[in-house]
Amino acid sequence: MNLFMYQLHRGVVGEVDSVIEFRKVTKRFGDVVAVADNDLAVMPGEFLSILGPSGCGKTTSLRMMAGFEQPTSGEVFIRGANVTGVPAYRRPVNMVFQHYALFPHLAVSANVSYGLRQRSPKPAAAEIARAVDEALAMVRLSGYGQRRIHELSGGQQQRVALARALINRPAVLLLDEPLAALDRKLRRDMQIELQNLQRDVGITFLLVTHDQEEALSMSDRVCVMREGRIVQTGSPRELYDRPVSRYVADFVGKTNFFKGPSAGEVLSIRPELIDIAASEAELPAGVSARFSVKVLNRIFLGEHTEYVVAHARLGEFMVMAPRKTERHAGLYEIGEMIAAGWRPEAERILPND
Amino acid sequence: MTRSAGRPQILTAALLAPAVLLFAVMLLAPLLVIVVFAFGERAPAGGYAAAFTFDNFLNLPARGKAFINTLTLAPIGTLLTAVIAFPVAYFLALRCDPKWRVTLLVLVMAPFWTSQLLRYYAWIMLLGAKGVPAWLSYLGFPDIRIINTPWAVLIGAVYGYLPLMVPPIYVSLEKLDKRLLEASSDLGATPLRSFLQVTLPLALPGVATGAMLVFILLMGDYILPQYLGGGKVFFIGNALVDLFLQSRNWPYGAAVSLALVAIMFVTILVYMRFVLGGSGQRRVALV
Repeated sequence: MNLFMYQLHRGVVGEVDSVIEFRKVTKRFGDVVAVADNDLAVMPGEFLSILGPSGCGKTTSLRMMAGFEQPTSGEVFIRGANVTGVPAYRRPVNMVFQHYALFPHLAVSANVSYGLRQRSPKPAAAEIARAVDEALAMVRLSGYGQRRIHELSGGQQQRVALARALINRPAVLLLDEPLAALDRKLRRDMQIELQNLQRDVGITFLLVTHDQEEALSMSDRVCVMREGRIVQTGSPRELYDRPVSRYVADFVGKTNFFKGPSAGEVLSIRPELIDIAASEAELPAGVSARFSVKVLNRIFLGEHTEYVVAHARLGEFMVMAPRKTERHAGLYEIGEMIAAGWRPEAERILPND
Repeated sequence: MTRSAGRPQILTAALLAPAVLLFAVMLLAPLLVIVVFAFGERAPAGGYAAAFTFDNFLNLPARGKAFINTLTLAPIGTLLTAVIAFPVAYFLALRCDPKWRVTLLVLVMAPFWTSQLLRYYAWIMLLGAKGVPAWLSYLGFPDIRIINTPWAVLIGAVYGYLPLMVPPIYVSLEKLDKRLLEASSDLGATPLRSFLQVTLPLALPGVATGAMLVFILLMGDYILPQYLGGGKVFFIGNALVDLFLQSRNWPYGAAVSLALVAIMFVTILVYMRFVLGGSGQRRVALV
């Protein structure tokens, strides 16, 4: 099956063979369970993110794929082969480390060619040189081959780390919080660059991050982890619109939680799905729940305004009002009594985990 | 470089003055005396008589044996010490349980707590006829002599200077970013190749620093060859003791010590090029 056919089936579990798979993988460090009984299949050509707070087991999962850690129980498969117990240097995957881990004693080109030079038989010098040029061009660093690592900026080092991994054409590129060390502006640029790169090279990317925005904006699929377990896996839109639990709804995007119909449930309503107006009568048609609320706070965020409002029974909640509604209805002042409401389909009853 | 604004130059000079004075008095002045002596003559009753002659330098080959001994045994001793110190430092920095690390490091330094003389006496016992050679012949090995041979001097050098070699290598291995080894493994390098391509090159500055320390001290040593070489394997240091204290030929002794200083100077230059050199870029700190 060639790459294009893989791409056609991209993301459809079960129809194509996974490129990396966890089967009932558990990892314990002493008494601490870092990863608990996880099943996960990464599909060829997809961009999958593992999302979760620090300590949720996402980095441990990645390290078990790379071969730096071995599972306490369960099995790891790469391209259908059981690689449980196989050391990192014999696995066809490569990693971009959080702080890049570039070799400080080697020039850029020697860093990039490192993987090829470990192969046996070693490729010819001319072949290596050509591959290095290609890899550097791919990350827009042509002509930087002779530079030393410490002469490069953070963003450039990041791209060298990418070139050093991608030159090996790994089955999967593992990225461990690769953008965490960059400043905000650069991070946005690199997000776009990573996405483009992934589309160009057609290599499966597996990214680990605690930044939900990063995970949502770049990935085909996101896998949310909590305390060593996978809570939900799905497209960014699925996670946002149909979270399986309070935890996912809270972690992915912003939301309001209200008392649910039973003790074990909560009502979740995304702030952008709440309408506000000067009075209950002025709320749009179709809005079923209508409340009289008091404006507690107002934050201007450019494309929208964030209100915090309070209702006598429901308590405080957040509303995102786009500029458009502002033009219709004007700004509401802090302390003003206004109306808020939402359509029935905005309501989501979730298990309170 | 920008000069820190506001600090008067006179203050800078005043702050530097003690160090400069100390340096001039303690180092340059004696060196100047040695240079002057080296061109002088031995006074009839010993000591120095003013003259200007190159005879002392022309006579250097008379002490050739001391130079040859020093210039062969000091480098070999340094090399041996480095080869033995590296695994020790490697174990301490990368393999041993962190809770034992400090204890073990202290143990490495422990020999320094007793007098050098005492320790060399102990080695005289160990390497002497009733020591290791006796045990070996008891086990059926042919008779060998160790004490008063170059071997004894080398064993003493490794023993005596190991505590100086281990710490700089330890430091360079300790501050080695362990993620680099993971990166190397991730890129397909076997543990041996990771060691040769990452660990070793990054630890070399530490090895160079340790080697430098040991080499300089070993070159000037005279106690070690005197005790374990038993006067048969003598160093330049022994020649100097002899020339200054016994035969009281100060000018000739001054010439010999100037030759030693010259050799050291060249060694330090080579070291500077090696550790600080490369692409004209200061890559590593001294330790």
